[in-house]
Amino acid sequence: MSAVLADMPKADISKTTTPASTKAIAPSKGGRPWTFYVLATLFAAYVIALYGPMFCIYILSFQDIRGGLVFPMKGHSLHWFVDLFTQARTGDVKGSFDRSIKLAVIVTVITVVVSFLAGLGFRKRFRGDTFVFYMMIGSLVAPGLVLGLGTGLLFQALGLDASWYTSALGAQLSWTLPFGVLVMFAVMSRFNHVWEEAAYDLGASRWQSIWLVMIPVLAPGLVAVALFGFTLSYDEFARSLQTAGSLNTLPLEIWSMTLNVTSPSLYALGTVTTIVSFVVIGASLGTIVLIQKKRGSQAKG
Amino acid sequence: MKNDRGDIELAGVCKSFDGVTNVVDGVNLRIADGAYCCFIGPSGCGKTTILRMIAGHEDPTAGEIVIGGQNVVGLAPMQRRTAMMFQSYALFPHLTVRENIAFALRVRGQSKTDRLRAADAMIEKVRLTQFADRLPAQLSGGQQQRVALARAAITEPRVLLLDEPLSALDEQLRVQMRQELRRMQQELGITFIHVTHTQLEAIALADLVVVMEQGKIKQAGAARDVYAHPHDRYVAEFMGGQNVLSGRVEKVNGASFTLAQAAPSGIEVPLQARSTVNVGDKVDIAVRRDDVALVRPGRDLPPGYTTSLPSRVLAIEYQGYFVKVMLDTVPDDEFVAYVPEKTFFADPFTVGDVVMATWATGSALPLA
Repeated sequence: MSAVLADMPKADISKTTTPASTKAIAPSKGGRPWTFYVLATLFAAYVIALYGPMFCIYILSFQDIRGGLVFPMKGHSLHWFVDLFTQARTGDVKGSFDRSIKLAVIVTVITVVVSFLAGLGFRKRFRGDTFVFYMMIGSLVAPGLVLGLGTGLLFQALGLDASWYTSALGAQLSWTLPFGVLVMFAVMSRFNHVWEEAAYDLGASRWQSIWLVMIPVLAPGLVAVALFGFTLSYDEFARSLQTAGSLNTLPLEIWSMTLNVTSPSLYALGTVTTIVSFVVIGASLGTIVLIQKKRGSQAKG
Repeated sequence: MKNDRGDIELAGVCKSFDGVTNVVDGVNLRIADGAYCCFIGPSGCGKTTILRMIAGHEDPTAGEIVIGGQNVVGLAPMQRRTAMMFQSYALFPHLTVRENIAFALRVRGQSKTDRLRAADAMIEKVRLTQFADRLPAQLSGGQQQRVALARAAITEPRVLLLDEPLSALDEQLRVQMRQELRRMQQELGITFIHVTHTQLEAIALADLVVVMEQGKIKQAGAARDVYAHPHDRYVAEFMGGQNVLSGRVEKVNGASFTLAQAAPSGIEVPLQARSTVNVGDKVDIAVRRDDVALVRPGRDLPPGYTTSLPSRVLAIEYQGYFVKVMLDTVPDDEFVAYVPEKTFFADPFTVGDVVMATWATGSALPLA
């Protein structure tokens, strides 16, 4: 998800600065300048630091039945993946996975809709707009655990049962909505208001101008907001901890497993959830590319 | 109910955005059906605001806007049957040329086959058939302009409003597209209202030129009227091609008066439309730059040329068919003579030469 965030502004910057940056580096005779190797080494170190720990988990999840929690690796098989879905002692993996996906989808839909509406609302300045904006951003700053705790307490005080689809949903939205709105602002800033005016001039109703002009033009940005909503919800822990009620979401399940499961099936779970994340990210990026390709190919006729 | 008349009347139209200053200040104007009208003025003079009020994108603070005999204030653009071509064209980036042009029909609920057929006919009219499936980003500036024109024209408006339509184009294309606009206007036979800040564009295109300053109309008339007979100093200087001089009236003699100047002879000015002038009045006059002849001191003036002002040549610019000679004739003001190329090079001046700037008496025009 950080890839998407970084991609959007970067795409522009790289286009405009490429000629300058190639010039800026000291001239070299044929080969690359020495700075290239220094920076490449630095980047490699960064990538290793970033992905090394995750790869340890992925590798260790493919051990055979003798496998332990640490290196060295003992054999290789898919034993722990099977174990994950068959053994009751590892906990309710399937159920929590199910809940997490459902919750993430609900959060995504609400985040996209509300962020889009907020984006529409903030196109013009209005009385107290800065106040509303800071109120919104405020919940990003609030510590997640405290916020979750408060939500849990509030539900208890009101006599409501905490569950993943009520209190946890609310707690997660306090996290995904500000993010979604911030991304939406960036997306909106590229929308030229004269398009709306042109649509109005051509006889479009407000609804038609949103449906036929705004949403299609903003579609890649909306997918990015959706991706944010989904991934933030899917691995949300702090806010869900006190609000999920009796049934765990996946991150909570994994956490409880680290306390009582002492087999590589824990790692297998890590591998599986990572695959799910990558599938979602891939699908989102694929959608964006598809939208743009479709426009390109239409254009070629 | 269908009323195809595109004559426009602005009656006391005012617009204020902050409630204090009027951006458009009591504008009255009548534009004939099927006219090509250009609003011209410096940026911030209110010309675009007038256009947007006629289009229905702004409401006037006061006054009436009447199109085809009907007060349209408060109506949506579609009800007014106006269409606007935006400055940067505002083509929808996600739609192809064909879909852009068909947009107005789509929002009216026309079936896909009908609207695409109509769009294709319009595409042919603006000669974009081979680009019908392209996206706006893949078109040149001139092609984009034609798409914008076609997209506006497909709504069959009675009035087409163009907001600086040529400003996004480079010089050469601008002249070309200028002709195309005129051709389209004649083909469609509807009223065009065109906002620009380029004098040449306005006088080349318009039947009616409206010169504006600070929310007010300074002069409205045929291109030739406005250019050759400016009402006042502002219009004369803004439209260009004129030298403006000012001085006190020395004596009034029948159909003309004499303006006191540094010149021994004074400047004789025919009274023309200006009915009363009194001795001692401060008066501005205009003399067309191409009416000014330059004569070396001591030589005879051409017959009928009574005024001659001694001047020094400040700079010379070769312009092709004429030569622009800048002179210090009037202190503080620009004074320029456009000398035909052949005349100039028969006896060329150089910078620093002293010459007599002279013109026929009838060429001097008193300004309001």
